[in-house]
Amino acid sequence: MELEGQVRIPSGCAISAVVSKDLRPISGETVIKSMIPMHDRSNGLGGGFAGYGIYPDYKDFYAFHIFYDSRKAQEECEKYLKDHFEIVQAETIPTRKIPEINDVPLIWRYFIIPLTSQMLRLQVDEKEYTARCVMYINVHLDGAFVFSSGKNMGIFKAVGFPEDVGRFYQLDDYEGYEWTAHGRYPTNTPGWWGGAHPFGLLDYSVVHNGEISSYDANRRFIEMFGYKCTLQTDTEVITYIADYLLRKQKLSLKEMSSVIAASFWDTIDHKDPQEAKVQTYLRKIYSSLLITGPFSIILGFNGGLMALNDRLKLRSMVTARKGNTVYIASEEAAIRAMEPDVTNLYAPAGGEPFIVLTDEYEKEV
Amino acid sequence: MKRVYVNEQWCLGCHLCEYNCAYANSPKAGQGLYGMVDALKDKPIFPRITIESTDEDASCADPSQTAISYAVQCRHCTDPICVKSCISGALHKENGTVVIDHDKCVGCFTCILVCPYGAITHDDTGAVQKCELCLKNTAGKPACVAGCPNAAIVFEER
Amino acid sequence: MPISLVTPEFEVLRDQTRCIKCRVCERQCANKVHHLDPDLGVMVSDEASCVDCQRCVTLCPTHALKIRVNENQFRPNANWSQQTIKEIYKQAETGGMLLSSMGNPNPLPNYWDHLLINASQVTNPSIDPLREPMETKVFLGKKPRSIKRLPDGSIDTSLTPQLELSMPLMFSAMSYGAISYNAHESLARAATELGIYYNTGEGGLHEDFYKYGPNTIVQVASGRFGVHEAYLNAGAAIEIKMGQGAKPGIGGHLPGAKITEAVSRTRMIPKGTDAISPAPHHDIYSIEDLRQLVYSLKEATNYTKPVIVKVAAVHNIAAIASGIARSGADIIAIDGIRGGTGAAPTRIRDNVGIPIELALASVDQRLRDEGVRNDVSLVVGGSIRSAADVVKAVALGADACYIGTAALVALGCHLCRSCQTGKCNWGIATQQPELVKRLNTDIGTQHLVNLMTAWQHEIKEMMGGMGINSIEALRGNRLMLRGVGLSEKELEILGVSYAGE
Repeated sequence: MELEGQVRIPSGCAISAVVSKDLRPISGETVIKSMIPMHDRSNGLGGGFAGYGIYPDYKDFYAFHIFYDSRKAQEECEKYLKDHFEIVQAETIPTRKIPEINDVPLIWRYFIIPLTSQMLRLQVDEKEYTARCVMYINVHLDGAFVFSSGKNMGIFKAVGFPEDVGRFYQLDDYEGYEWTAHGRYPTNTPGWWGGAHPFGLLDYSVVHNGEISSYDANRRFIEMFGYKCTLQTDTEVITYIADYLLRKQKLSLKEMSSVIAASFWDTIDHKDPQEAKVQTYLRKIYSSLLITGPFSIILGFNGGLMALNDRLKLRSMVTARKGNTVYIASEEAAIRAMEPDVTNLYAPAGGEPFIVLTDEYEKEV
Repeated sequence: MKRVYVNEQWCLGCHLCEYNCAYANSPKAGQGLYGMVDALKDKPIFPRITIESTDEDASCADPSQTAISYAVQCRHCTDPICVKSCISGALHKENGTVVIDHDKCVGCFTCILVCPYGAITHDDTGAVQKCELCLKNTAGKPACVAGCPNAAIVFEER
Repeated sequence: MPISLVTPEFEVLRDQTRCIKCRVCERQCANKVHHLDPDLGVMVSDEASCVDCQRCVTLCPTHALKIRVNENQFRPNANWSQQTIKEIYKQAETGGMLLSSMGNPNPLPNYWDHLLINASQVTNPSIDPLREPMETKVFLGKKPRSIKRLPDGSIDTSLTPQLELSMPLMFSAMSYGAISYNAHESLARAATELGIYYNTGEGGLHEDFYKYGPNTIVQVASGRFGVHEAYLNAGAAIEIKMGQGAKPGIGGHLPGAKITEAVSRTRMIPKGTDAISPAPHHDIYSIEDLRQLVYSLKEATNYTKPVIVKVAAVHNIAAIASGIARSGADIIAIDGIRGGTGAAPTRIRDNVGIPIELALASVDQRLRDEGVRNDVSLVVGGSIRSAADVVKAVALGADACYIGTAALVALGCHLCRSCQTGKCNWGIATQQPELVKRLNTDIGTQHLVNLMTAWQHEIKEMMGGMGINSIEALRGNRLMLRGVGLSEKELEILGVSYAGE
């Protein structure tokens, strides 16, 4: 059987997220709860979570989460890491043995910082350097897969139902100000854990529900810029697009959303002239990054998140808040499971970015 | 009033209008392709529209010579001299169209002589015939217009 | 003169029971095939000069005519086909190169027919273009590699000139001279009505057509016919023609008979003289020379027009395109071996160049491998026959398609492939006034508008089936294609998987 990456597997999904604008710690258990009422949106072939603010003691270090197929792969990868980074901490990620989760690979976590000498040699900044190393490991080192690579954040994923995956990783022991979650309904067996979601690069993580029809147009464009889509999943390509537009092209979240979920030309023509000019420009120059087909995505990053639907809103997604905490999910029931007493229930329109920034991040910007 | 007009620019001098006219006004009209064969094959035809051209072989003439071809039929004049000149009252106007009462025509040909356009002819019986915009036959709309391959002949208000 | 060994290619079948001797066939045949025999009292045909253009068949009011391939047979020989033998006879009698027109008629592999399009089922929805917006608008031109911000933080939206197309289709270069005034007018008016572009070809721009400038691409070819400052500034874009799919590596030759008064004025050459374009541009012997011409033209037009470089699909097209992408060109147009022509040496038309599908696939991939795909737009031509071909071309990586033959067919062309004779019975590839007037420009314009609109509907319907509601998400989306009946090598070059994979 072909593994994910050798074959493209479409999926249906459940997504949810919670973020506390005032950085109040939220237990991983909260977001696990949100996935229970959406059990039927997954089929046990993939689940995962991303938590932000979960490694305050190591917040200045890149936290690499890596799956290894074998000790040999681990040795090879660790050698690569040592050549490129200073490793301040290496450990297995604690897991709970439960019958629902099987075929467990070696799961390791490293807190690392790039070697300055190497960065200088390549004349790139820290993030670009780290991203290139992640890409190198995932493309070239067989049996090793970096599935989380941001600072003060971590992705946890496995083949299984999301609520089981959460228990497996003992997420009830973690606290963060922001969580995203994903339950997957792939049409094929992904074969290994790398295919589960969220997908991450640096501190960007993406959970996504949908099957985008623009996939290969997006993939072939983004691969011009050093990205390599090894998993052939929508989430992977969306993550790279976000990284390219936000980090490399320095677009704002709103500008990015008018690239990937651009308004129809007719709609743009009716906007105020300045706005229409900018949107027309963005659509023209990044036309290959327009994403079509159904999707609802939540893009997490240090400092907030953005939820976005495709421009026809072909996937459900609702938002709500209570006090300083904002909730997003595929279904209202999932939000109610996290917090029964929410207000401001709102379903963003197709292509309308729903951006939540922490108070601290907002001040910075 | 809608009339039949000819755009000389597009007239190819193919003469198809004459045949379509002759067929539309024949007893076999409306009987399709074989009706046309039956009505026109090996018979002299009496079309109410005729092609005037500088050269009978206009369409294939020497390229240095610009041939002119033009289909001519009744203009349905506002104040038709043919109607005034008709000695038997056969020619008259009906809702703007100049028509002929075949039974009244005595075949004096005065109308043919006075028509400044040469648009009136006679049929095989010797009686006068002229374009009546296919109002009296089964074509429904002018057959010359419907059959013109280059849309040179049009039926329109001007 | 000894007898000719060349036997008629076609026979004219006339149903004498139907023929009413209206003589429309006689009047409409510029090749003088038909005439009324006064002694026999019937219409007769001399089929020797028949080119099977179907004009007489189409106009015969009683459907009494039929043209078919002459059933007369030489002794069958799989190696020496009848066609081959006849061509040898022709050359033996004339001592000249064989001339042909329109596209390559030989059964070369047609890759469009081996590519199949995807549709959504279950996992994502198809989209109904009758109920939901479906976008086919395309912008051709160079796109910047990064955005620039103004001091106030807003995006600097200035951009090098772009062509805006309502659909990914343009009428390809066909010169006034090769085709008639009326054909040109039809193309110009249709392009204007449709919001697309037509292309002057290398024959200059007739003074009457300057008003269609906003929808005109003016071409600069090796003969530089009709090129002057006002011409360059009249169009929306300038195309440098380096080559043509039907005749890569050679120039053009418009016989003096086609250089009428008006053509002569437009081309700026004496009336009645042959218009001969050299094989290369004599100021472009290398890629750096091309760069100079690109920038000369940009200077001449004050950087207000995108520059297209058109090349024929030849063996190392990927490297050539990559070079062009770095030459300052905004758009690369590639013409495949099946592309049409008003006249080309038969041997060249039928044997030189490569199919557009393979050229497109390898160029698009090469430009991506080199990270320069967004620096240029890619337009392809060379027998785009239907909306399905357009969808497949866009999915392989084209920004837009050039259509020439299909447009002429919409104007009445029956692909008799005799354009070089100048006696086109449909008023398209001729300058004889009596023939030119056969193409009523109102009808011609309407037919072109109808054809393009119909294709646009079909493109939208196919896009909707794939769950794609904007053409840019189809561009280069090769996952939407699967191959059938192709070798692994062919699939590799096309960058598509086999059906079932």
